[in-house]
Amino acid sequence: MKINFKLYASLGQYLPANAQNHQISLDVNEGATPIQLLRQQGVPEAEVHLVLVNGVFIPPSQRENPLIEGDELAVWPAVAGG
Amino acid sequence: MSWQKKILRVNLTEGTCTAEPLNMQWAADYLGQRGLGSKYLVEEVDPQVDPLSPDNKLIFATGPLTGTPASTGARYSVITKGALTGAIACSNSGGYFGAELKFAGWDMIIFEGKAPKPVYLYIHDDNAELIAADEIWGKSVWDADKILHAKHQDPQLKISAIGRSGEEGVMFACIVNDLHRAAGRSGVGTVMGSKNLKAVAVRGTKGVSVKDPVRFMQTVAEKKQILAGNPVTGQGLPTYGTQVLMNVVNEVGALPTNNAKAVQFDGASNISGEAMHEPRGSENKANLVTNQACFGCTIACGRIARVDKEHYTVKNRPEYWGASGGLEYENAWSLGADCGVDDLDALTFANFIANEQGFDPITFGATLAAAMELYEMGVITDEDTGGVKLNFGSAEALTTMAEQVGKGEGFGKILGLGSKRLCEKYGHPDLSMSVKGQEFPAYDPRGIQGMGLTYATSNRGACHLRSYTVASEILGIPEKTDPLVTEGKAGLVKAFQDATAAVDSSGLCVFTTFAWTLEDFYPQIDAACDGEWTLERLAQTGERIWNMERQFNLAAGFTAKDDTLPKRLLTEPAASGPAKGKVSGLGKMLPEYYELRGWTPEGVPTPDTLQNLGLS
Repeated sequence: MKINFKLYASLGQYLPANAQNHQISLDVNEGATPIQLLRQQGVPEAEVHLVLVNGVFIPPSQRENPLIEGDELAVWPAVAGG
Repeated sequence: MSWQKKILRVNLTEGTCTAEPLNMQWAADYLGQRGLGSKYLVEEVDPQVDPLSPDNKLIFATGPLTGTPASTGARYSVITKGALTGAIACSNSGGYFGAELKFAGWDMIIFEGKAPKPVYLYIHDDNAELIAADEIWGKSVWDADKILHAKHQDPQLKISAIGRSGEEGVMFACIVNDLHRAAGRSGVGTVMGSKNLKAVAVRGTKGVSVKDPVRFMQTVAEKKQILAGNPVTGQGLPTYGTQVLMNVVNEVGALPTNNAKAVQFDGASNISGEAMHEPRGSENKANLVTNQACFGCTIACGRIARVDKEHYTVKNRPEYWGASGGLEYENAWSLGADCGVDDLDALTFANFIANEQGFDPITFGATLAAAMELYEMGVITDEDTGGVKLNFGSAEALTTMAEQVGKGEGFGKILGLGSKRLCEKYGHPDLSMSVKGQEFPAYDPRGIQGMGLTYATSNRGACHLRSYTVASEILGIPEKTDPLVTEGKAGLVKAFQDATAAVDSSGLCVFTTFAWTLEDFYPQIDAACDGEWTLERLAQTGERIWNMERQFNLAAGFTAKDDTLPKRLLTEPAASGPAKGKVSGLGKMLPEYYELRGWTPEGVPTPDTLQNLGLS
């Protein structure tokens, strides 16, 4: 299934070289989870803070729940602004 | 201690500068900066005064920790009755000016009256004098800064000034210090211009004394360690600045776009903090040159940026080729997403012009966005705009209008009214995205419900900095709450409002609160200031300040009817993202908020509430 995978701020360095606009469409196995995709891309778990699926916050306890076709997974380290 | 215990009263009508002792009882009750400056305003100014009349006053106020070694001890605020809003205004700025004023031995300057001819105030320690401003009136902030530095032959002189916008009566003119830090909102620069006051130039060579120097330095060092070790204040903000929020807020579907007709912007990635780091343009260099700290700051979130030399805005205009104050998130949103423009260089240029001529880019962008909607409806025509096509997405419209507003020329004169007056003029008041006359910033309340209550109840008109519930609702600081629900938001907003009022009165920066709570503030204040400062006292001081500001606004004529939001946010559902189908649930939150505040259902503090806070 296809997942749109987005890494922002300092995590952008873990995106494949052919990513554009901080995102890439990935072909992944059915049942893939946010944690699995982050590990596949070599993103250190300690740097992961904000995880959104389709714009909705996913708490740490639910980051091993399976994604579904077409999901938008977006991840940031700890950031803030104002 | 920590306060200099001295204020400077400047009567512009009479041309006099007089030293007065600081009212230490008021300092004990209102701390400093926002709280103490507001107390002086409330005591000295009729709430119903015309903001642009000589009877309004303009107060520059530092906090007790301004100019101390506490991290971020740079802040000062400008307090007045706002030109844009008619509400109590308090605009906060960093840079180096505030600390320099403190070093000169002053806690506060109160300007009253109106100078018969343009003047600037020159302060060197105890000496203060009004000087004719002939050579700088009519000049930009940047030119005035250069001229005054050359005239006084002192590179350490710190200058706070208005640009041409403030002189020309643009209703959202700001006061810019150190070239690109600003007391930005509510038209405080318009009030300054109305008084024929062009600038304040200050040089201070004194120190700031604290009550217990050893304990103070130990405490300050501990608190700096917390900032350094926190991933947000230690890494995120210095690297990406506030602009890192652009993609976050777009992703959660709360990025007001095209005058808040939409909540997500296709071009968000192009104008984000990440984009500022990426090489582009004719020289393949990044927009961001470096980060920059204000006085004493160990976070350093400021952006110093440049426009590509071949970009249409600066081609053959070398005066704009240098590095200068770059985009913060709110500005990138207002100039970018809200106007549908995703040209990073055009946004940066418009931001330069806002600094150069001294106007608030949030209100400017939101006003232009309203004008763009009216233009696309056919209400505003090419005849009105002098032929400029005000379509959403037009970078040329953005930069042309920034220059016209900066100089108060052409259609810029109309945009200079702000969106409320502009939309009323063209018969569509509902298209102004404002509360109490001030445009809301970069968070759509349909996608972040707490921000709806924040905007509706902010004492200075719509503002994110009065209770930044985004920290909790989106970023999980100090704990995560659901941005799409209204439950619990009344208490959250009240807690943020009261704590922020205390922080804004200390002399330190609210951005420390991504790592600190009031638990980290009060020991620093207690070690520096006379008296015993506890957590409870600091928290109550914040609540007292909030209620005092409310009382001023009620006396000025505002009522509970003004605690509302633009019709669009209450009736037009978000069209995409997690908030799709939702409007702001303000009506569910507001009654609970009044109750938590100890206010009547009409939004008026009860006698008991006032008595408990020492405001009777």
